[in-house]
Amino acid sequence: MSAATSVLDVRELRKYYPIHRGMLSRLVGQVRAVDDVSFSIDRGETLSLVGESGCGKTTTSRCILRAIAPTSGEIRFRTKTGAEIDVARLSRQQLRPLREQMQMIFQDPFSSLNPRMTIAEIIGEPLLVNGMTDAGARNARVAELLQLVHLPSAYLNRFPHAFSGGQRQRIGIARALALSPSLIVADEPVSALDVSVQAQIVNLMLELQDRLGIAYLFVAHDLSVVKHVSHRVAVMYVGRIVEIAPTTALFETPRHPYTEALLSAVPVPDPRERAQRIVLEGDVADPSDPPPGCPFHPRCRYAVARCREEVPALTEISPGHAVRCLRANELDLRGVTAAAA
Amino acid sequence: MAEPILTVRDLHTHFIQDEGVVRAVDGTSFDVYAGRTLGIVGESGCGKSVTVRSILRIVERPGRVVSGEMMLRRADGRVVDLAKLPSDGAEMRAIRGGEIGLVFQEPMSSLSAYHTVGNQLIEAIRLHSKLSKRAARTRAIELLAMVGIPRPAQRVDAYSFELSGGLRQRVMIALAFAAEPRILIADEPTTALDVTTQAQILELIRRLQQERDLAVILITHDMGVIAEMADDVVVMYLGHEVEKGPVDTIFHAPRHPYTRALLQSIPSVLAEPRSRLATIAGSIPHPYARPSGCPFHPRCSEHIVGVCEKSFPAEIDIADRHGVACHLYTSNVEAAA
Repeated sequence: MSAATSVLDVRELRKYYPIHRGMLSRLVGQVRAVDDVSFSIDRGETLSLVGESGCGKTTTSRCILRAIAPTSGEIRFRTKTGAEIDVARLSRQQLRPLREQMQMIFQDPFSSLNPRMTIAEIIGEPLLVNGMTDAGARNARVAELLQLVHLPSAYLNRFPHAFSGGQRQRIGIARALALSPSLIVADEPVSALDVSVQAQIVNLMLELQDRLGIAYLFVAHDLSVVKHVSHRVAVMYVGRIVEIAPTTALFETPRHPYTEALLSAVPVPDPRERAQRIVLEGDVADPSDPPPGCPFHPRCRYAVARCREEVPALTEISPGHAVRCLRANELDLRGVTAAAA
Repeated sequence: MAEPILTVRDLHTHFIQDEGVVRAVDGTSFDVYAGRTLGIVGESGCGKSVTVRSILRIVERPGRVVSGEMMLRRADGRVVDLAKLPSDGAEMRAIRGGEIGLVFQEPMSSLSAYHTVGNQLIEAIRLHSKLSKRAARTRAIELLAMVGIPRPAQRVDAYSFELSGGLRQRVMIALAFAAEPRILIADEPTTALDVTTQAQILELIRRLQQERDLAVILITHDMGVIAEMADDVVVMYLGHEVEKGPVDTIFHAPRHPYTRALLQSIPSVLAEPRSRLATIAGSIPHPYARPSGCPFHPRCSEHIVGVCEKSFPAEIDIADRHGVACHLYTSNVEAAA
């Protein structure tokens, strides 16, 4: 994770939303949607952001793409020429030349493709916008992109409605690849798909990464899918990263009680593995009014008195494995490992 | 095993439209027992939701139960065929929401935003009993407590939008229990929820089932939820039941190529990081363009040319309580005979 190989380096990212009340719209508080989030992604690497609804994973990804402006923090992006640029502070105008290097794959393949445009137009549009005005060259590139995502070039002149969810997601991926980005932000790219199709798209994303060396920031709530795509995983809870680690370490030896509970809640597709689940009580804390101390303490089975007072810092406990828990070194937590198979 | 509460035989529910007939459910049969969970699993368009909507007789027009039997053993011992009852008659209305409770996927849209949780519960309770308003309110608070809602006496006056997704789904379950159901139908009850909330809701359904010897029909696309909850499983593909059997058999000795492929294509938290998934070629066909013969044949890796595209295989019992509808086995049976 040396700075030289990282494509993205996020430091102390914060996104607060003000809460206004009353006749004079007085500022009465703020929702800390993203609070002190730091991570980096290497070239060709997949980092997954996981957590439950409202944990800030999507807000984080939208800040990185600058779909929204962060409240504070740095988002250092290494361009293809090797320059490091903090996109957190750029204006719309300044962002434009960087957009081609940072692309996005959306969750819903039904609403993210314009129904009035043909496949060739949809995939070719980013090329046209970025100056490839020669129709012949553009069509050749579109055909190449279709091949990359395993769609027949005969589909070029069809409209999105003729395609299934899986095929549409391939089209969305081809569009994202059009400008050869070095980073793709994928927000729940397979969660709207049927299982049999989901597997195809997961494999395609892995294959494209191996071939093209793209880095992925993969935002998902499904830990099973995350296990299949990630090199590293960051778990978020109420706007903060509570644990970040290489995939195997996170799943097999989690060090944060929330990660343990999250892993334990995932149903395993084997009736012989009906394990004793850790069922978390209550709901996720309110990010506009988080509990004092560790925000997870009201639901934590290991909470002690100091968890109610002291806010834990994200601390590295082994190389590449950091956790935000006061008791990380005393607890012996349970991960998921394949039974003696 | 005891007598089933509900026996469904050769159910056909079709949607007859100008563009053609969609055979949403095309010959499904299964039994539902007290104290057991039947899981119906399949991908979009497989007919799992239409199957349970047929049982409750709430299939939207132009859909219609065209044939089949759905024999319900009622609390008083009489057996009635739900397929023959008028869908809006008194008996069907007493059964729907009465003996058969229902929990839907979307707790956001299934609850009214204009009425308090309590008023919705009181309405459901009074529809199926002769309780006074006051007694029904007391009962509503009891139900909220039963489904694990904290501070039920206050929450009874809350509106659904004031509650989290998990609490709303608990309210939905309380509603399903307003009239002491003997069968609970849960259609994707946890799909819209986060995993930790899902675990809470599944735990709740399991506890209520044990306390009341309840029969549960669980509809889901998630094989993990099936593995966790079901005793018996029906696997559906494009309106057809392709395989059914006890949960352990379905997961450890599946015989239908679709069941096998589906199980292999599921991502698992136990997998090696960055391992490729087994895939099923192609995608689910559009309901108007359903393949001939066995609807799975264009995607099937074991497809027998000249057989599978011609006729739909009859379901055969391959072992005790284990049925498969696949030519791989019917042709073997013929060859052996």
